[in-house]
Amino acid sequence: MRVAPAEPCVPGFLSAYPALAPRLPGAAVPWLRRCRDEAMERFAALGLPTSRDEDWKYTSVAAIARRAFGVAAAVDLSDELHAMVSRHAMVGTHRMVFVDGHFVPGLSQAMPLPAGAWVGSLAQALDTRAVDAEAFFAAADEATDGFAALNAAFWSDGAWMDLAAGVALEVPVHLLFVTTRSDLAVFPRNLIRVGAGASATVIEHHVGPEGVAYLGDTVTRIVLGRGARVAHTKLQQEGRKGFHVAAVAAEQGQDSSFVSHAFAFGGQLARAAIATRLGAEGCDARLSGLYVGSGRQHIDHHTCIDHASPRGTSRELYKGVLDEAARAVFNGRVIVRPDAQRSDALQSNRNLLLSEDAEVDTKPQLEIWADDVKCAHGATVGQLDADQLHYLRARGIGEGDARALLIRAFAADALAGIEHGPLRVRLESLLPGALPEAA
Amino acid sequence: MRETAMLEIRNLHVTVDDKPILRGLELEVHAGEVHAIMGPNGSGKSTLAHVLAGREGYVVTQGEVRYMGRDLLALAPEERAREGIFLAFQYPVEIPGVANIYLLKAALNAMRRHRGEAELDAVDFLALVKGKLRLMDMDETLLYRAVNEGFSGGEKKRNEILQMAVLEPRLAILDETDSGLDIDALKVVANGVNAMRGRERAMILVTHYQRLLDYIRPDRVHVLAQGRIALSGGPDLAQELERRGYAWVEAEARGQQAGAAGGQR
Repeated sequence: MRVAPAEPCVPGFLSAYPALAPRLPGAAVPWLRRCRDEAMERFAALGLPTSRDEDWKYTSVAAIARRAFGVAAAVDLSDELHAMVSRHAMVGTHRMVFVDGHFVPGLSQAMPLPAGAWVGSLAQALDTRAVDAEAFFAAADEATDGFAALNAAFWSDGAWMDLAAGVALEVPVHLLFVTTRSDLAVFPRNLIRVGAGASATVIEHHVGPEGVAYLGDTVTRIVLGRGARVAHTKLQQEGRKGFHVAAVAAEQGQDSSFVSHAFAFGGQLARAAIATRLGAEGCDARLSGLYVGSGRQHIDHHTCIDHASPRGTSRELYKGVLDEAARAVFNGRVIVRPDAQRSDALQSNRNLLLSEDAEVDTKPQLEIWADDVKCAHGATVGQLDADQLHYLRARGIGEGDARALLIRAFAADALAGIEHGPLRVRLESLLPGALPEAA
Repeated sequence: MRETAMLEIRNLHVTVDDKPILRGLELEVHAGEVHAIMGPNGSGKSTLAHVLAGREGYVVTQGEVRYMGRDLLALAPEERAREGIFLAFQYPVEIPGVANIYLLKAALNAMRRHRGEAELDAVDFLALVKGKLRLMDMDETLLYRAVNEGFSGGEKKRNEILQMAVLEPRLAILDETDSGLDIDALKVVANGVNAMRGRERAMILVTHYQRLLDYIRPDRVHVLAQGRIALSGGPDLAQELERRGYAWVEAEARGQQAGAAGGQR
């Protein structure tokens, strides 16, 4: 069952909202209803971004704007869905499965969690536990663009993780978002709060059917307390005709450590905005990413590392492998605020173009307002190295194998720091290129 | 009458970026022989090594190269390698992200497949490699590092000879393997090369200096000048060159090109 606006994206959602709003999670919670209404007003004012917005200069969402998307009101549990979930499941994780925007306990797999760790459905938490999430929402919904506003208005569910001080969540939490049908729009929202000295590993995983268009519009907010550690891996494997727009925003407390990995493989148009704010002294942020495109895929990453306090360290490495007529955008913004003395920031973006039609727009965007800082950045766009290729061939390795091996070697960097075995194995199987048979 | 040469180069002309580098080179190498190709910088020594290995950008405009009775120039670089040709690079290439041991195994198994032999399993392979590591006085940790990445000059050269020892080529071409080596490393490398000399194997040592030849005694020494072999001789020729330099050979070569006949003495 679904509620399907017959009109293109923007007017469709505007007209669908009044009927949908009373049935969305937390409709009985006054502040939440107010948040949604305000977000809807912002969406009405903002619309979808256009190329006139600096942040969307190289990424046109016209293909999204002219389509009509419906919202799933319920979930159909099919055999294909079960197969899809088992294909993407990872052993040894606490798994929460969301289908077409709705949490499905029957497909999920709970693991024993330590005392002080709450991991569950955001919708259920708001409806049954009166969680103190209001501040979280207010901050989250300083929506910067139409997609964020749309998510704030229409979000249907997502994960709510709340770790008390000192809780070490050893088991990775696997959030699997499955879209099952064409022309659906899904709006997951995840809120993750990790208390002082607590730690968590989260895998945010998006998958969908091949060959049909749908829209996933996700917002994830992460708040790290003093000395907290969070490793967040975003694994985007949408269907090749899917549209994917996602935002991950972290707010770091003193001496906290935030590790973000972003892997983008699917989607016809995929955009991820990944941001962290080093909001107190001594924070450490490590961002890495790998995007792999072919066909006519368009994959956009906008990252923002905001050094807002002294003695923060950030390391960023994004890599891209683009074949055929794929196109990628990387925009790496690094802000060092006037008070953020002794900040240390390194950024690197490296791209491998495998065809003449592949294209990348890479842009470092450094805004440095403090003087006692170390900041460096670099961006490269290149082809496979002819000397390396020849060297391998001169050792008897065939040209095809040699190319695959070099592509693989280039991409494999992005796995550095992924410690969870099953996740690592999964990612290795998704890397472009290949190891020749001798492996 | 000698048996057919393993490598037979006839009237080889090669251009790089439309510039003629080799101009009518002739060379015959038989199984069991070690040949040294010497000559001043720019005489075409490395070009010869690259052409034999099949590097792109080296255009053969005339002549032929036969290897084991086949047209070598018709083979892709990997086919040459699988047929037993090995080039130890003057500048070994760094390949971040590919473990040294991985390259060794992929290369060895590519050759074994080509010869219709079963691939070595991990245990046998490691035993083989460890034996060769000892021969080259190399630390086992180098196996697990990325190919040549962060290796010192000496480590890179040893690594080339390690690959050669593992792959056991029929024809090994060592391009300036001695350059950049200190005397201890040079001895290790020479040791490794000498250990591989044999009746079935031929070697071509490309070198600017006679130093390497103090440790690896060649059967024949050739001097390359103006893109062709200007002078050939026995091992003593290397010492003469060390004493007298290359200028007189080059002068003679120019004289010969101006009309005089002959090239062997």
